[in-house]
Amino acid sequence: MRSVRYEAPATVEEAVALLSDAGGEAKPLAGGTDLIVQMRARMISPGVIVDVKNIPDLLEVRAQDGGFRVGAAVPGAVLGENEAVVAMWPGVVEAFELIGSTQIQGRASLGGNLCNASPAADSTPAMIAAGVTCEIAGPGGRREAPVEDIVTSPGKTSLGNGEFVVSFYLPPRPARTGDAYLRFIPRTEMDIAVVGAGVCVTLDEGGTCTAARVGLGAVAPTPLLVAEAADALVGTRLDDDAMANLAAAASAACNPIDDKRGTITYRTKVAGVLARRAAGIASERARSN
Amino acid sequence: MAKRHVTTTVNGEPREFLCEVDQTLLDALRDELGLTGSKEGCGSGDCGACSVMLDGRLVCACLALAVEAEGREVETIEGMAEGERLHPLQRTFLEEAALQCGICTPGFLVAAKALLDRDLDPSETEIRYWLAGNLCRCTGYDKIVRAVQKAAAEMRAEA
Repeated sequence: MRSVRYEAPATVEEAVALLSDAGGEAKPLAGGTDLIVQMRARMISPGVIVDVKNIPDLLEVRAQDGGFRVGAAVPGAVLGENEAVVAMWPGVVEAFELIGSTQIQGRASLGGNLCNASPAADSTPAMIAAGVTCEIAGPGGRREAPVEDIVTSPGKTSLGNGEFVVSFYLPPRPARTGDAYLRFIPRTEMDIAVVGAGVCVTLDEGGTCTAARVGLGAVAPTPLLVAEAADALVGTRLDDDAMANLAAAASAACNPIDDKRGTITYRTKVAGVLARRAAGIASERARSN
Repeated sequence: MAKRHVTTTVNGEPREFLCEVDQTLLDALRDELGLTGSKEGCGSGDCGACSVMLDGRLVCACLALAVEAEGREVETIEGMAEGERLHPLQRTFLEEAALQCGICTPGFLVAAKALLDRDLDPSETEIRYWLAGNLCRCTGYDKIVRAVQKAAAEMRAEA
């Protein structure tokens, strides 16, 4: 087995230098719940492991401009205990908390879930629905990008050489706005999404939907932002017809695989059902805040 | 590749060891420190037999690198009893026959203690969800859940 180097830089700049010097041979380590599994299964063999958890930015949750800045290595168990974040973006947090067991929640991170680039990542569609962006550091400095721009295909991201995700920005939640995430698995806990659906809706004072975002997971090579599904809701009062149009648009956006967890037909159908149910929960939350 | 020197705290005691960079915390606990209570079941974070506390969070020791323990606090099953005096969970697991082969037991105990340290009155559903990452192929779980409930009741009575 090839020897591997371990580095635990204290600053973003040092991490960028380590990652860019190693070319594609380096892997950032946050919670390790994907990385270490893949190393042990010999799916990957990085030359350098860059543990980012000694960098304060990566483990911080702080209020910023009415929203929240969440470090890319913050574990699910930590974010789930942050009442202010849970109150503002419950859909994002409930998606994050669906990942794995209590033990996995002690380590798993939003940054890892996004950059592992699984089509079935739970937190990614929820972050897409909530309009979350991520701050990326690299040799060219820092940039902010929408979450939906990161995953390009299974296991691949748009991050350039030396780039890594430092943090996420959960924007201020507009008035009468709610988000929700639902996933389907054949059991009640500890499984990989057959379909995941995140929905965020904003209502006006009369109850008409003025803005919406819909994210889908596990139904295409990448998590999806489905504009057509959101368009089916905007301008409506989220009545049965609008919900049916949402479900149809969500199903139409699917391009899933057939595998042991679900057939193409099944995933396509369930995507519509879950999108409709998540929209129902999101609209209830929107009405109550 | 030179081994790495790691200085850490295990069960409240300062400890140091040498490890390979890609060695897991579980392997370092077992092979370098002789703490063989934590078990390797799956090695992929699915079974929970290697459950330990790392800086106060329940984690799978098979999914942490030993080098990550540098400067941090690790708690294992070996730190659960006070000398000969068993933790209430250890005692109720025996009383309720909540183990058969015993491989999963240290992980269940560490995980259940993490739950009761947060909440001394969890519902059965909360116990089952909290322990969903600990697999047992012998007991069928009911006896484990009952043992946790019994320990919680005793600890509430003493609190």
